Amino acid sequence: MASYIGSRLLQAIPVLALIGLLSFALFAYVGDPVTIMLGQDYTDAQRIALVHTLGLDRPFYIQYLRFLWAALHGNFGNSYRIAEPVSTLIAQRAPATLELALTGTFISVLIGIPMGVITGIWPRAAFSRVFMVISLIGVSLPVFLTGILLILLFSVVLGWLPSFGRGSVVHIGAWWTTGLLTVSGLKSLILPATTLALFQMTLIVRLVRAEMLEVLRTDYIKFARARGLKTRAINFGHALKNTLVPVITIIGLQLGGLVAFTLVTETVFQWPGLGLLFVQSVAVADIPVMSAYLMMVGVVFVTINLIVDLLYFAVDPRLRVRRSGGGR
Amino acid sequence: MSVTATPARPGLGARLRAAYDSDLCYHFRHSPVAVLAGAIVALMLFGAIFAPWVAPHDPFDLASLNLMDSFHPPVPLAGSVWTFPLGTDDQGRDVFSAILFGMRISLEVGVAAVLFAMVVGVLIGLLAGYAGGVVDAALMRIADVQLTFPAILVSLLVDGVVGAVLPTDLHRSLQIGILIFAIGISNWPQFARTVRGSTLVERNKEYVMAARVIGVARWRVMLSHILPNVLGPVLIIATLNLGFAIISEATLSFLGVGLPPTEPSLGTLINTGNNFLFSGDWWMTVFPGATLVLMVLAINLLGDWLRDALNPRLR
Repeated sequence: MASYIGSRLLQAIPVLALIGLLSFALFAYVGDPVTIMLGQDYTDAQRIALVHTLGLDRPFYIQYLRFLWAALHGNFGNSYRIAEPVSTLIAQRAPATLELALTGTFISVLIGIPMGVITGIWPRAAFSRVFMVISLIGVSLPVFLTGILLILLFSVVLGWLPSFGRGSVVHIGAWWTTGLLTVSGLKSLILPATTLALFQMTLIVRLVRAEMLEVLRTDYIKFARARGLKTRAINFGHALKNTLVPVITIIGLQLGGLVAFTLVTETVFQWPGLGLLFVQSVAVADIPVMSAYLMMVGVVFVTINLIVDLLYFAVDPRLRVRRSGGGR
Repeated sequence: MSVTATPARPGLGARLRAAYDSDLCYHFRHSPVAVLAGAIVALMLFGAIFAPWVAPHDPFDLASLNLMDSFHPPVPLAGSVWTFPLGTDDQGRDVFSAILFGMRISLEVGVAAVLFAMVVGVLIGLLAGYAGGVVDAALMRIADVQLTFPAILVSLLVDGVVGAVLPTDLHRSLQIGILIFAIGISNWPQFARTVRGSTLVERNKEYVMAARVIGVARWRVMLSHILPNVLGPVLIIATLNLGFAIISEATLSFLGVGLPPTEPSLGTLINTGNNFLFSGDWWMTVFPGATLVLMVLAINLLGDWLRDALNPRLR
């Protein structure tokens, strides 16, 4: 187990280094911070002095190491667009994105897994077919369009829910803000979280269904039936448990996609999170924010993949047996 | 149909007949979903390719636009005009014509991006599978890293970087090319992985051995001996990827980093329409949106069908 975690950690390091190099290259070679900082009029001496203060005359690897060192301390420089430290911007925006992403994933898992099990157990039933057609449409429906249609229906036509922003938020501690404690905050969360959940849900349903169909055909399920176990015990105790490994993998990989879909959802609903910050930065080529976001997304991906790998052990005892057996 | 008199040189009719009797076509004819999806795709392709002749108005001809015609609702509603069946936008542009031209651009970008991803992916997959060893390990590692990054994010980054490097005017004029590159570059790993897998199988077969023994150059073994035998699955992935590429383009255009309103794709049209959603002018968003969904759905259904039809185990 320990060696497995160790090897996973070791694999993560080159990936992180590569992403770090990419975001450094972005930071260092795209755009010219010196010209931006000096403004219109400057002398050559001023320029050389600034280049020296910023350390831009040092060799490449020294600059890279200094960049990594600063990044480790959460220092990504100042945004060109807002002229505030990037770290402050990210800290302000992170709670909104985390709340949105977690609520969306929660909803999709809560509805998606039971629907997948049901359509897997009764694949020929009418409602299963209807649901599969709906989920196929769901896969073909771009996230931004789902958001727009929800806004059209619930905000414009019915006028029930707000269409943009986070509502009023409550401050918890030094920097965390939450919209989960106020009515307007909760109301604002419904549409974006649903938008985000719908896309993930269609994937989860299709996946759980396919795995259920596969597992229900195996011998140990037949054996469980032969032992006279209740159908419910077989379906949920035996079958569902064994569908979970691929489902966890995909949900884990989806979290990467979730970053992208959060970005789109935030733009549609003007949700003040990290994705919206990134999109706004891309539009004006605000390199420090882009490079910090890239670095952050990289770290998040690597962490999530690590957690997914560890979850296998919790879900699938076969892996534990094989590992410890091989080690002896 | 009658049997052709000269069997030595089959005429066009006979060849069509043979194609009609082929396995693939048989399965196509017996799958109502595939026929329907195929018909939708064919109709849309026709409308897109012949948009300048099919469309009742030219949305790019500024002289023909009249602000008096703006904000007409679609036909059965009050205030609608028969010359604008799906209504008009804020500039007085016919929504139906704009959709036809938008489809043209969406399909153009989608097809080009998939072709780009396919060429890059197939070549890398062939190389990785045939060379093996360090080359294989390095290429597949890059593919893994690339796969973890969502396409939209990669495309946004590419677009942002290009925007920072190039002057604005040049950036604008290269926009379609940048989009194609950005979407294509995030899709190559799928092609590469599949082709690598089949190449690993093919390279140990006798015909490849034979070719190597008689001294055929490595690149020729790869391109003219192995390549034709690994292309089957590539076709399926390409079809399924096309829907995805079209969605990616629409999303990027919606986010405002895709195509400008002067050269609108379906995504741009939806984005423009979105600005008027709250004043109740829903048709500027809903019709392009529905077209986009229908197009992607039909392409995905065709892809699914193709996958099943070419997979003998599922027959």
